[in-house]
Amino acid sequence: MASGTGHTMDLLDDESSAGASNAPEFSVSELSGAIKRTLEGAFGRVRVRGEVGRVMKAKSGHMYYDIKDDRNVIACTTWKGQVSGLGVLPEEGLEVIVTGKLSSFSAQSRYNINVDTIEVAGAGALMAMLEKRKAQLAADGLFAPERKQALPFLPEVIGVVTSPSGAVIRDILHRLRDRFPRKVLIWPVAVQGANCAPEVTAAIAGFNQFTPGGALPRPDLLIVARGGGSIEDLWGFNEESVVRAAAASDIPLISAVGHETDTTLIDFASDKRAPTPTAAAEMAVPVRLDLMAWVDGQEARLSRALAQGIGQRQQHLRDLSRALPRPETLLNTAAQRLDLWADRLPNALRAGIQSRQVRLAQAGLRANMLRNLLTTGQERLTTLDRRRPAALTRQVNTARRHLTATTGRLRLSLLQQDVARKSEAYGQLSRRFTDLARAQLQGRRNRLDTLDRLRETLGYQATLARGYAVVRAGDQVITTKAAAAKAGSLEIEFQDGRLTPQMEAKAAKSRKKPDTPPPDQGTLF
Amino acid sequence: MTDTPVNEMSFEQAMAELEKVVGQLEAGDVPLEASIELYERGSALKKRCEAQLKAAEEKVAAITLDGDGQATGTKPVEGL
Repeated sequence: MASGTGHTMDLLDDESSAGASNAPEFSVSELSGAIKRTLEGAFGRVRVRGEVGRVMKAKSGHMYYDIKDDRNVIACTTWKGQVSGLGVLPEEGLEVIVTGKLSSFSAQSRYNINVDTIEVAGAGALMAMLEKRKAQLAADGLFAPERKQALPFLPEVIGVVTSPSGAVIRDILHRLRDRFPRKVLIWPVAVQGANCAPEVTAAIAGFNQFTPGGALPRPDLLIVARGGGSIEDLWGFNEESVVRAAAASDIPLISAVGHETDTTLIDFASDKRAPTPTAAAEMAVPVRLDLMAWVDGQEARLSRALAQGIGQRQQHLRDLSRALPRPETLLNTAAQRLDLWADRLPNALRAGIQSRQVRLAQAGLRANMLRNLLTTGQERLTTLDRRRPAALTRQVNTARRHLTATTGRLRLSLLQQDVARKSEAYGQLSRRFTDLARAQLQGRRNRLDTLDRLRETLGYQATLARGYAVVRAGDQVITTKAAAAKAGSLEIEFQDGRLTPQMEAKAAKSRKKPDTPPPDQGTLF
Repeated sequence: MTDTPVNEMSFEQAMAELEKVVGQLEAGDVPLEASIELYERGSALKKRCEAQLKAAEEKVAAITLDGDGQATGTKPVEGL
């Protein structure tokens, strides 16, 4: 910019020195037109090498982008109609050589190159771009192993996407013919240049649009093939649209692009990568003659196996029939065994029963038995319970009947007889008691008389009759003279009564002892 | 065994089935009647395989395209 400014200054200086009046006067459009003509005329078509800067694709389909080096930038345009012919689409960061016509865009006072061809500048730049694109597509999952489909064992129809002329299709057809002739549909495409990618993309998608049983037979297998070439020649097979079409193909796809050492991005997206077109044909079909031999082999094995099976059975049958014993031999042993067992049978039966009895005794009551008993008991209880009121009524009735019968049997005469019998017995007892009491009384009276006589004999009163007397003072018996002197009055008892001598003599009161038994005794009788 | 009738089997199916039948028969543990049935099935499968192998013929055609790149039909390709 500094140099540009300097140049303007020089121009002004020149103009000022030449004089303003002589200078022609342009309108803006006149000058713009003049500049445009000058640019186009002076430069014409140019080839410029640089790195692609910002890329903008307008809705109109035109493309605007920059080409730059480390210091300067040139604007580039590619019109919609030119895009398909570019060869390589501009991609930011890509080192390219653009070819086009230098021109200006007067409305903005800008100059630019109208680019109609883009080449990638050198293999290194291309490889860098390839790596970048590969990483991007891998990140999208297009190369994932789980996307790979198995190739059919024997495809009926094989679709080949390639150039219809040239060695590649010839190699493929030759190898197919050698191995296993098949139906082949060729989809002709450009295999290099700007048309390559769009045509290959359309071919893969087109084959997939065929419906099974449609007017055009749908292939069971696709081969996308191209012979060897430079990286630029093969570039179409690195285009994203081709890679995406290959990945999206429902028909299994073999890629065979370039030589074994060339690897294009379609190889990562295809179901199988063949190093060469011939190898693709080998992957596509098995060898018919091998299969025929295999089928013959299978047939032979089949027959042999059957024959062997039958032969073995025959042999086995022969062996068995030889080994078959005479019927009598079989029977003898059996009869003997029968005798033996028949002999042992009764004992075994007895022993069996005994052992079971023992086990039964040991086992005692089993839970089941108890449960059964319990169930039976409950049933009986229920039955009885249901019958209880009835039973009670019945018992009362029975008792009532019994009572009636007993009452009926009651007789007065029987009671009277009983009373008479008992009063007679009472009379007898009463008499016996009276007699006994009287006898006892008499005995006691006699004894009493005897005892009384004895008492009278032994008592002091008898001595009175013999001249003795008893002296008393009051109730005291006086036996001494001193006692008599102290006493106020004395009473003397004689045989025939008592006498108080010192006082006026009174008739002694005789005190007779009762000689009869106490009167209360008499009441006993 | 698959249920597909032998005459409708693809070559691959018939081949796999034939291999199985031969294997079973060779194992020798099938009853006699079954082994005869197996043999007959094996023969049918073998015929099916053979017919498909013999019927193989080459037929090459190229897709014809309209102006928009759409497939319109085929034309035979000779001499390749």
